[in-house]
Amino acid sequence: METAKAIDKPKRQTASLLQGLAFGILFGFLLQKGGATKYDVIVGQLLLTDFTVVKIMLSAVLTGMIGIYAMKGMGWVELYPKPGSAGKNIIGGLIFGSGFALLGYCPGTIAGAVGNGYLDAIVGGLAGILIGAGIFAELYPGLRRGILAKGDFGDITLPRLLKVNDWAVVVPVAALIFFLLLWMERAGL
Amino acid sequence: MEYLTAARWSPYAVGIGIGILSWMSFLISRKPIACSTTFAKTSGMIEKLFRGKKVDLKPYYQKEKLAVDWQWMLVVGIVIGSFISARLSGDFNWQWVPSVWASAFGEGPALRIVAALAGGILLGFGARWADGCTSGHGISGALQLAVSSWISGICFFIGGIIAAHIIFKIIV
Repeated sequence: METAKAIDKPKRQTASLLQGLAFGILFGFLLQKGGATKYDVIVGQLLLTDFTVVKIMLSAVLTGMIGIYAMKGMGWVELYPKPGSAGKNIIGGLIFGSGFALLGYCPGTIAGAVGNGYLDAIVGGLAGILIGAGIFAELYPGLRRGILAKGDFGDITLPRLLKVNDWAVVVPVAALIFFLLLWMERAGL
Repeated sequence: MEYLTAARWSPYAVGIGIGILSWMSFLISRKPIACSTTFAKTSGMIEKLFRGKKVDLKPYYQKEKLAVDWQWMLVVGIVIGSFISARLSGDFNWQWVPSVWASAFGEGPALRIVAALAGGILLGFGARWADGCTSGHGISGALQLAVSSWISGICFFIGGIIAAHIIFKIIV
């Protein structure tokens, strides 16, 4: 048993890495087909002239949410909500957003932009993201008990926050997204 | 197989595809699709090449271990998947300056590279501060109805919309 386990572990790790690669290939393929690997599409979204990115994200959230909560109900999957705080998510989100506009790619779509041949992503953007992440790691010991802990609310989900059944949130959020997308199409966005 | 060589798919087909992909990643790998931690790990791995093993001891890399993992391979996969899609449709091209940027700031690559570098620094820093990005918070976290992810996702777009309008409507 002991030796079988010892052999199993590297095998499981390899399987996990190969699964990651396979999911990435499919994700990258979809992002490219959607146009989300392009600076013009992403900046068009932020300038509110091209709603492709929001349409992709909202339909992914709608589809994903219904499936994940259905599978959670059957006990097939568990959730992994990230812990958060006002200091973390609001300030970090706004810093991220300003970088998103200047770079015109995000961490996932820049990998897609690299695959698409975009040299501003390869030469400028990748280096910048690595430098920015490194600066954060350097400052992290000072930040973690200060601003990052301000307004801490933990790894809570909306149904748990509101103390209601999952579907009492899933159904209204699904309806809201659906009608928002329908409205966008009607408005010609 | 015409749809494989099409340059663009409907955003709804792509979004539904990504939603179904997230079902699979929860079910098979027990992980949500996310990207930005990989850049922090890679940054630490590069630093380790120059400064040695003491980099592992930094508190942030105690939290996010410096090793190639599932998500790291996912990001590599995105590059490959996007390349395959772009080649199939003939959409692959080596391009220095995107056209929306060029129409506002000209065709010169130097300014665009400096902006991409500066934007990348803010993006990489902000993604670690918020503990996630457009995929980890914006899609995977939002579909789990995580409070942290809805707040982050909304702030990504508030910050992005304001900054894009400053760049393209006020500066230009």
